[in-house]
Amino acid sequence: MIPDNNIKEMRQILYEFLDQKMEEDERIVVIDADLSKSNGTYNLRKKYPNRAFDVGVAEQNMAGIGAGMAAYGFIPFISTFVPFATRRICDQVAVSIAYANRNVKIIGSDPGIAAELNGGTHMSFEDIGVFRSIPNMVIFEPVDVIQLKKALPQIVEYEGPLYIRFFRKWTPTVFDEDYEFNLFKGDLIKEGKDITIIASGIMVYEALLACKKLKEKGIDGELINIHTIKPIDRDCIIKSARKTNRVVTCENHNTIGGLRSAVTEVLSESYPVIVKGIGVQDRFGQVGKLPYLKKAYGLEADNIVNACMDIINN
Amino acid sequence: MLDIDLLNKKCIDIRKLIVNQIGGLGVGHIGGSLSVVELLVYLYYHEMNIDPKNPDMEGRDRFIMSKGHGGPALYSVLADKGYFSIEELDTLNKPGTNLPSHCDMLKTRGVDMTTGSLGQGLSCAVGMALGSKIKSDDAYIYCLLGDGEIQEGQIWEAAMAAGHFKLNRLIVFLDYNKMQISGTVEEIMDIEPVIDKWKSFNWNVYRANGHNINGIHKSVIEAKKSKDKPTMIILDTIKGKGVSFAEEAKVLSHSMTISEDMRIKAIKELDSEVDNL
Repeated sequence: MIPDNNIKEMRQILYEFLDQKMEEDERIVVIDADLSKSNGTYNLRKKYPNRAFDVGVAEQNMAGIGAGMAAYGFIPFISTFVPFATRRICDQVAVSIAYANRNVKIIGSDPGIAAELNGGTHMSFEDIGVFRSIPNMVIFEPVDVIQLKKALPQIVEYEGPLYIRFFRKWTPTVFDEDYEFNLFKGDLIKEGKDITIIASGIMVYEALLACKKLKEKGIDGELINIHTIKPIDRDCIIKSARKTNRVVTCENHNTIGGLRSAVTEVLSESYPVIVKGIGVQDRFGQVGKLPYLKKAYGLEADNIVNACMDIINN
Repeated sequence: MLDIDLLNKKCIDIRKLIVNQIGGLGVGHIGGSLSVVELLVYLYYHEMNIDPKNPDMEGRDRFIMSKGHGGPALYSVLADKGYFSIEELDTLNKPGTNLPSHCDMLKTRGVDMTTGSLGQGLSCAVGMALGSKIKSDDAYIYCLLGDGEIQEGQIWEAAMAAGHFKLNRLIVFLDYNKMQISGTVEEIMDIEPVIDKWKSFNWNVYRANGHNINGIHKSVIEAKKSKDKPTMIILDTIKGKGVSFAEEAKVLSHSMTISEDMRIKAIKELDSEVDNL
């Protein structure tokens, strides 16, 4: 896919928001662990040298400093790559941030296959599963720049630990500028009657392509974006499943512990239907660019179409 | 003015509260609670800018019990200071209590940070010291580390950051009682040369007898003269200090069962100490 130069990168949106918000709100601080250039936060320290700073390659300390600053009345955004924001500092997040219920926003960039050439060591497919089972944690995964822009003010407004599973580069837009965002509500992107497709993050665009392909086959798919995976919008999922009786989930994450798990937990208690999960099938990461990795892990629109047809035909 | 006699008497009162608290339950972290009494009494009754009637007071000094299992010692001091009732100490670790083994800022009035997973409190203290610097509120941030605790890698991440950020109003104490759960610190994982370690991270380092309030006081006065470095005050302490059965249990006093007989004997022992003052 060729990047559209008219669309900014996700990290540019994050930077612009923080740059403006830090001026208005002195409680906001930004803490990086030597990845600020990757995450777009580097230039903040020029304008706000006391409130935007680096702790070096020391993520555990970053989490603790964030918790301490939150206990002092600040709203810290701590920022690094997904694996270091989640599995490396899981205990610091669990105890100093979540158990102590500190108002820390955790930015983990390069979710799943977005780690691309950094490969298996940097490619977390388990982060949602890990954080989903920690009480007090909110998990948000933006789809595009429009959604991210609308989400960030609500994220600051929300008081409590929150994880942003942050695709930082260019990504195609799915939403219109006039789209109404609610941090705790799923988005009904396309209404349909035959099958429900529930997608998050970069998989929403693939799911949108899948809906078009299904239409050619005479299948009317309903597409829902779950951007906040925890707490999940139960009503939106149940309502759609009641209508279509068939569900496919799409995630850039292990299907164990992630969106599929979250959706099936909801449906199994309220309205059990067949749920097929498109996502990483319990494998580790590897090096590659996005197109290769999408193919390698079965994260393409065609994989979604096939899963839908499987359910419909059986 | 440092009223040594009053503070020494207070230490005995606090030790009695610790013994009754843990003894009432029958089991608990008595050794490491008794070893930090003089420090807590010095800080809470003499040094810290705090208001028990207004525990969330802006710009107050903070204390982070990074060795979270020292909870019973801190609770005794907080109750005696009036953050909550002395009777509440009897609920230690009982179902629904606000006084869990390890410190919990959401549950206990006066607790400044949740701790218990060792190695995390110093980072939180660094965060608070940075916050205080941004707000220019002139607060002091105090933090207490266990000697075994500084085997955690995160401690040294935080130590490096505190030196780097020149957090001169961060004053940290090491409860150097030389024992951890499984044995002596020296045999399990030696932390020596401990003075050199902290110095090399750009800290001021002082060393004092942790059971001598005057010595602690002198070190804190020096620490407060610092313009550009955080301070580590290494306190040589005795695990279980002031209660014979706990001192004699040595390493085993980390968390031990305490019978009613032991509790009564310990209280008598502490009462007789009052007469010796």
